Amino acid sequence: MSPRRWLGRNAIRIYAVLAFSYLFIPVLYTFVFSFNDSAKSNLTWKGFTLDKWAHPCGAPDVCPALVTSLKIGFLATIIATALGTMIAFALARHRFRGRTATNLTIFLPMATPEVVLGASLLALFLNLHVSLGFTTIVIAHVMFCISFVVVTVKARIAGLDPRLEQAAMDLYANEWQTFRRITLPLVTPGIAAGALLAFSLSFDDFIITNFNSGDVNTFPKFVWVSSLRGIPAQANVIASAVFLFAFLAVLVGQLATARKKREA
Amino acid sequence: MTTAAGDGGQDLMLEGVTKTFGSFTAVDDLTLTIPSGSFFALLGPSGCGKTTTLRMVAGLEEPTAGTIRIGGDDVTHARPYKRPVNTVFQSYALFPHLDIFENVAFGLRRRGTKQVKAQVDEALELVELGGMARRKPAQLSGGQQQRVALARAIVNRPAVLLLDEPLGALDLKLRRQMQIELKRIQTEVGLTFIHVTHDQEEAMTMADTIAVMNAGHVEQMGGPTDLYESPMTTFVANFLGQSNLIRATVSGTDGDGLVLEVHGQKVAMPAARRASGQDDLLIGVRPEKIQLAQAGESTERLGSNVLPGAVVTDASFTGVSTQYLVRMPWGQELMVFAQNLGVAGVLRPGAKVDLHWDPAHTFALDGSLDVNAGVERTEGTTPAPVG
Amino acid sequence: MSAAQGIGVGEQQAHEDRQRDQGPSDPSRPGRRRLTPYLLLLPGMAWLAFFFIVPLVTLLSTSTQTRPAGAEIGVFTQTFRFSNYADAISGYAATFGRSFGYAFIATALALAISYPLAYAIAFKAGRWRNLLLVLVVAPFFVSFLLRTIAWKQILADDGWVVSSMKWLNIIGPQDHVINSAPAVVIGITYNFLPFMILPIYASLERVDPRLMEAAGDLYANALTTMRKVTFPLSLPGVVAGTLLTFIPAAGDYINSALLGNRDTTMVGNVIDSRFLKVVDYPTAAVLSVTLMASILVLVSIYIRRAGTEELV
Repeated sequence: MSPRRWLGRNAIRIYAVLAFSYLFIPVLYTFVFSFNDSAKSNLTWKGFTLDKWAHPCGAPDVCPALVTSLKIGFLATIIATALGTMIAFALARHRFRGRTATNLTIFLPMATPEVVLGASLLALFLNLHVSLGFTTIVIAHVMFCISFVVVTVKARIAGLDPRLEQAAMDLYANEWQTFRRITLPLVTPGIAAGALLAFSLSFDDFIITNFNSGDVNTFPKFVWVSSLRGIPAQANVIASAVFLFAFLAVLVGQLATARKKREA
Repeated sequence: MTTAAGDGGQDLMLEGVTKTFGSFTAVDDLTLTIPSGSFFALLGPSGCGKTTTLRMVAGLEEPTAGTIRIGGDDVTHARPYKRPVNTVFQSYALFPHLDIFENVAFGLRRRGTKQVKAQVDEALELVELGGMARRKPAQLSGGQQQRVALARAIVNRPAVLLLDEPLGALDLKLRRQMQIELKRIQTEVGLTFIHVTHDQEEAMTMADTIAVMNAGHVEQMGGPTDLYESPMTTFVANFLGQSNLIRATVSGTDGDGLVLEVHGQKVAMPAARRASGQDDLLIGVRPEKIQLAQAGESTERLGSNVLPGAVVTDASFTGVSTQYLVRMPWGQELMVFAQNLGVAGVLRPGAKVDLHWDPAHTFALDGSLDVNAGVERTEGTTPAPVG
Repeated sequence: MSAAQGIGVGEQQAHEDRQRDQGPSDPSRPGRRRLTPYLLLLPGMAWLAFFFIVPLVTLLSTSTQTRPAGAEIGVFTQTFRFSNYADAISGYAATFGRSFGYAFIATALALAISYPLAYAIAFKAGRWRNLLLVLVVAPFFVSFLLRTIAWKQILADDGWVVSSMKWLNIIGPQDHVINSAPAVVIGITYNFLPFMILPIYASLERVDPRLMEAAGDLYANALTTMRKVTFPLSLPGVVAGTLLTFIPAAGDYINSALLGNRDTTMVGNVIDSRFLKVVDYPTAAVLSVTLMASILVLVSIYIRRAGTEELV
């Protein structure tokens, strides 16, 4: 095949490779610099060391910030998933008045810039003289996560064959038993996906958190604040660790599903 | 293992059952009794209300009016899980997250039955899926899933078992096989089966009693032979098999027979086979009951009703038989099936023939009925005009 | 069958199909079942009402407040001063223009970069498809702040990327890549790529490849097929992707703060500083309300023209 034809055929594949590299450059950079033997500022390469990985909590404030982010994440996820799932069921399975208003109220937070979400909530807290801190952060996170949970779970419920529930009732299961044994197990993957989405959004959130956190430090806020004087390499370590963990988890999940399909 | 075939206490009785959706009536004042232990078919075209009726018996739909009784108990408004009724759904509706064993055991567990395993194994043996207990539905073929759905319903020994077009998704060969299987299982287990279908061959093969439904009401109910040989409406005549419907008027009686005038010819039929008191009738003869005689042939052994002067317009040899279309002197085209007995050759289009048939094979319907009711139309064809 | 009967049968069939699909429909059952949806909705919607709707209302009310003469920092009173809007908008008109401009360019760039990639994953990936999708989302597992800061350092004046570019004479020796408007736009584009790739992929994945074959059979070359068949069919994904990119991009300020300079300020920066540094809540509120209103207006015009109506 002539080089020109080869190029034409594979142009899009080459492009894909380039695009993916582009996507991963900063990730690679962050990863590499987690091994940097730096003191305070992590801007120039000083030398390779495993020190930072050995002592990820070495730099002050890093680990407390991480722990706070995790706590907030779990709390916000649980609350948002519970509330969002209930709304999803109401929307998908019931008839009620005010459907349009409900849909709109769920859609709007996703269409609002984070600045406005954060700022407006701050305005509320200021007006009510509520002190900013852990609680206000959780409140904010739950608020913007609910919509995403609703959308995810609702899609899953909508894909559920209603005849399965009819069959369950035909086989002597009352409404509660049908829900518990048929509906819930089949919707759970959607709920799990919604929860995962909520956690990721909460963990990585900066803008809204920044507006409503007062003195409390989350991991993204820590990164921002320290970006002025110098982000310690430990932050890179933590970020890389999170990345590797999440990446591997997803890969394992994909392989498990693929194996399940092959066994069938 | 077999239950005694019904003790009359578990008859299903529908009285005046009606279902309307807004201004639209799906089921119109339906009254019928289905005896315990019988294989009953609800037959009709799409949209005739048969599935709605089934769902009302199952409890998945509430009647707008009327009562439904099972063995004397009024279950009209009872929830589905409170009725001794189980359904085999058209799409099988197997629970994808449970394995076959748990699917079949589902009803038993909800009722708190002991010895679940023994009964489930027995049910799976009955449908010949013994070794599949631990597989998941997604791993089974369509035919196997259908049998699991059946086992899942049967294992509960309900008073009434409903089957909603269960064979619709199967290919022809598998369908035939399952028809025989279902009949065998029903006889063995002795439950009341109510089978909803639009396939008249399927209904006639399997059922003891068929109710032909059209637009929300029952046109006629009876055994397959009765319905086929003695239809009482044009719908039933056209829906079950093929019919030749010809306009006739009563011109007199002859003992316990009728004499009718058909386009200038005289034909006879037993008075008992007349389904309408009118004198303007549509008489019908099934195509396989008609014999074609060529000019000059001996007509001794042929039926005594004769309509002469026809011309063959089409002849299709199907192996088992030859299907002829013959045009009558008054323009109507009739169908004749000639069994391939190897005696006579195939008549060619253009051949002049006379139609003979035994008077006892005639049936007569009210002349004011729609002659095209129940005809399954394919795209682009127009029904044959009636003379 | 007469026509009326035919229609009747069609209705019957439609009803039968509907009844198959819906669950037990019991409009006649009063009492507990009617209450269920409202009970389910109550907690979540109450949360959204208190912490989303009410804040927006508070924002609106703050936007017309003023600081009374001689009051302390942070104290404002409601004066219904609607001219706050005129002041802020005229004062920050350039900022608004810049924000929407950057967001628009970033969205266009993101579309240009994402579409071929989504196409490649949808049609050329074979069994690697799922892995590639994971790879698209994976960078998100690293905090976006760190990724943006990474770009800042990669594109720093003394970094080897910029040095090489100067050496290759792509840019002049005195030019900056970082701390400039292009850097901000590139940063914004990069941030929202997955939001653009995934919806487009989802749309493309649903396109039946046999349609593209049919187009080829009917004398269309590759480009025409793309133009007349594939792209129009993927339009819902494109619309979703552009919305998911443009809306957050317009309100972004991180990229501008980290990668830009004093002349690249976006509305988000101003709101942030007005709220948290210069305690000027009314102005911040005005800007927030205006930003949100403009986005809603732009979005509804866009959606109406693009023709897709389903959002949630």
